[in-house]
Amino acid sequence: MKNYWYKILSIVLLLYAILAGFTIQIPDTNIGDTLRNVFFHVGMWFAMLAVMTASFTSSIKFLSSGKMEHDLKANEAVNVGVYFGILGIITGMLWATFTWGEPWANDPHLNGAAVSLLVYFAYLVLRSAVPDDEKRARISAVYNIFAFVILLVFVGVLPRLSVDTLHPGSGDGNPAFGDMDATMRYVFYPALIGWIMLSLWVLNLKVRYKRIENFIEEKELD
Amino acid sequence: MWNEIKALLYKDIQMELRQKYAINSIVLYVFSTVFITYLSFQGDIDSHSWNVMFWIILLFASVNAASKSFVQERPARHFYYYSLSAPQSVILSKIIYNSIMMFLVVLITFVVFQLFLGNMIEGSLLFFASLVLGSLGFASTLTMVAAIASRSDNNFALMAILSFPLMLPFLLALMKLSGIALETSDFTMEAYKLLGMVFGLNLIVIMLSYILFPYLWKE
Repeated sequence: MKNYWYKILSIVLLLYAILAGFTIQIPDTNIGDTLRNVFFHVGMWFAMLAVMTASFTSSIKFLSSGKMEHDLKANEAVNVGVYFGILGIITGMLWATFTWGEPWANDPHLNGAAVSLLVYFAYLVLRSAVPDDEKRARISAVYNIFAFVILLVFVGVLPRLSVDTLHPGSGDGNPAFGDMDATMRYVFYPALIGWIMLSLWVLNLKVRYKRIENFIEEKELD
Repeated sequence: MWNEIKALLYKDIQMELRQKYAINSIVLYVFSTVFITYLSFQGDIDSHSWNVMFWIILLFASVNAASKSFVQERPARHFYYYSLSAPQSVILSKIIYNSIMMFLVVLITFVVFQLFLGNMIEGSLLFFASLVLGSLGFASTLTMVAAIASRSDNNFALMAILSFPLMLPFLLALMKLSGIALETSDFTMEAYKLLGMVFGLNLIVIMLSYILFPYLWKE
């Protein structure tokens, strides 16, 4: 495989994260062992952010150069990002049922995450509504930039502004994980890096697959 | 560039004053929705519901108003403007025009609301500030979305789908702001934070529209 160093590294890091995540000593809090979910749930969201950043940069590159290659990457990146976002929400809901008693609490952080996902779904609908390739690429690139800004606002800015949230990081804290124990950090940071690299690997595969599909389609049309 | 903006703005206002199509349809829409709300609540409404219904009706009225802004002229006319003026002038003049229109819509909604459902506002200055910032925010976001949606076929449905998620940050902040204005007449810390946030969001959306519209304008 091409560029195998980061792929092998991601597998190694994730194996370490899964094995260590379930076996290390975690601090004794009132949610017990479900605290281990932090290695997976937060990983999903960071992976989504990484992929959406890739999509954002591809859209900007497309608008400045006009090459369809970047539009392809932007579209596939949104697909992968939405997938990781849905996984993030599912892991969050499973965790919430144990800690807060209900799968969805009326919380600004959660609602903000759901709305950002809605914005990206609207991006996918927009793409399907425009038949012409060149026009579709330009319109969706413009909308993608808006969508990314909204994502940053909802996931980064709004949770820090609200004072009373159930989700960790209310007030002045970091919306992702607040204060973390030292042993957990040894598993947490490698897990995050592993999830981000895995998502970029998935993106890479999807882009290559789509490129081959387009090539075959064009050959058949001749 | 300012001359171009003034000329385009003047053109839009003149077109509107001649036919009065958009403003009449918006007034009728607002009147009917507020009337339905009045009948459904049977005159017995608390301040929280007043707040929520006000902003939701305003949301739908603004989406209606903005969707008319790019489809009123034929595409051939757009080519003419493209050859005459910079795209930045076009988008800025559309945003300014839509803000004026939106502010009128907001005022009309407010007056009709007071007529039917009573006045429950304690802090008028804060509420007025939220109205002004809200109309500017709605106008800028919706103008950009209307520009995006006008480029595709399925216009109004696409406009609704695209605009609702993008309007949500504004809507939530403005609802909280007017919720505060409904109870107290002093500017609390929370109110200042929310005002700052809406103002910041407005700035971001207008800057993004200014930068991105030229890419959309090319045919």
